[in-house]
Amino acid sequence: MDFAFLSSTMVTLIRALPTTLVLFSLSILFGGMLALLITAMRVSGIRLLSGFARAYIFVFRGSPLLIQMFLVFYGLGQFGVIRYSFLWPFLREPMVCAVLSLALCTAGYTAEIFRGGIRAVPAKEIEAARSVGMSGFLLVRRIIAPIAFRHALPAYSTEIVLMMKSTALASLVTVWEVTGVAQRLISQTYRTMEVFLCAALIYLVLNFLILQAMNLLEYSLSRHRRPFAPGLRA
Amino acid sequence: MPGETRLSVRNLRKSFGTHEVLKGISMDAQDGDVISVLGASGSGKSTFLRCINLLETPSGGEVWVDGEQIRMLHGRSGSRPASRAQVDHIRSELGMVFQGFNLWSHMTILQNVIEGPVHVLKRPKAECIAEAEELLAKVGIADKRHAYPAHLSGGQQQRAAIARSLAMKPKVMLFDEPTSALDPELVGEVLRVMRALAEEGMTMLVVTHEMSFARNVSNRVVFMRDGIIDSSGAPEDMFGAGASPAFRQFIGHFGNPQ
Ligand SMILES: Nc1ncnc2c1ncn2[C@@H]1O[C@H](COP(=O)(O)OP(=O)(O)OP(=O)(O)O)[C@@H](O)[C@H]1O
Ligand SMILES: [Mg+2]
Repeated sequence: MDFAFLSSTMVTLIRALPTTLVLFSLSILFGGMLALLITAMRVSGIRLLSGFARAYIFVFRGSPLLIQMFLVFYGLGQFGVIRYSFLWPFLREPMVCAVLSLALCTAGYTAEIFRGGIRAVPAKEIEAARSVGMSGFLLVRRIIAPIAFRHALPAYSTEIVLMMKSTALASLVTVWEVTGVAQRLISQTYRTMEVFLCAALIYLVLNFLILQAMNLLEYSLSRHRRPFAPGLRA
Repeated sequence: MPGETRLSVRNLRKSFGTHEVLKGISMDAQDGDVISVLGASGSGKSTFLRCINLLETPSGGEVWVDGEQIRMLHGRSGSRPASRAQVDHIRSELGMVFQGFNLWSHMTILQNVIEGPVHVLKRPKAECIAEAEELLAKVGIADKRHAYPAHLSGGQQQRAAIARSLAMKPKVMLFDEPTSALDPELVGEVLRVMRALAEEGMTMLVVTHEMSFARNVSNRVVFMRDGIIDSSGAPEDMFGAGASPAFRQFIGHFGNPQ
């Protein structure tokens, strides 16, 4: 084992870690917000809006993320309105394209996860809320969303882990995140095994931390399903 | 004040599709009235209660709560309330206790009780907590305030649900078979809380199969049959010589309460 090479590889890859983390966190953040919007449209009961949401979810779940990313990266510039708009200096940045396509894609999956959570909210609890005078946004904020989120959490954790792995695709639109840097190292050193093993290790550690955090969140939100333990209040 | 009309229902109608479930119900509840609504399964008792706080939309008729009429629009495509804000306001003045308790499972008992006062009535939280603790003590579950609904027995959950409704300081309390989902040995503790409420002068409309409650606690008994009020009156008359033949037959199924 060439520990000197392994450790220098690790150092190089870890330098690319901030890029991976930015890709990941921005796409989860914007994807999550967009998912809320799509979910709201999907369950709005307004035919036009729910139709749009269905179509959106179908398109972004039904086509490969890589192709979506290429379309955003190479395709957007083909439209005059975009090319000559004030957004163009921004939209031609590979990082922006990668975040945009990751967010668009995860929003489709996440919207379906959230909708599943909403469907699991007991109608009786909503009725009780209405009977004390709650409606509209208050009802959603206080009753529907908290219950729905708890039901959605396990599936949402999986989606977040998938997104962490999907950031690797950004290397194909010239964003130098961990996988991209790993490939560049391989093309310089031809030591595929060692470099990719180092990269895989980084993703494993990241996902381990994410899953631990999600488990902790799930645990703290599920006290109502555990036995009553007086005095054990957080 | 005694003598004031808290709830007034005029010629209330409700159809589900072509099925007419309420065929013109009229009744008044004065302050402090405790009215038991009896009737066979499917006679429309739940629908009647749910039309009062608009969990179901009445197809016709009028509902007045404490002198305020719920404004309705009757169009060709059906009926709907004229103002959602008014519906929310009226609901906040009517307490509803469900057969299945319907507590919010993700909140502790205390959180369940303060939820409405804090977020609907927008009252100061500290004040609401103090009142909630008093209410929980009154229904006998003060020690459960930090437990979740799933940790309580049915009887305790129902008492928590009653406290949740009372926290809104309702003008009228509506009960839809509050003890029907309970094991027999738990019925008594809920009925005791309801009786105490009645004695304090709460205006109550109680759908129930508990004949002893109807007879001994309420001051009026209403018997529904096929979407109409078959007969109504003081319990002494209803359970005595003045009973209609249909009511006599109905209570025959329950044996004779003491
Ligand atoms: N949402 C609904 N859609 C269609 N029909 C309904 C609906 N709710 C109630 N009904 C019908 O209305 C009738 C009266 O129902 P309701 O629940 O008011 O009876 P109830 O007197 O409360 O009976 P129970 O003692 O069994 O609770 C029944 O025939 C029922 O099938
Ligand atoms: Mg019923």
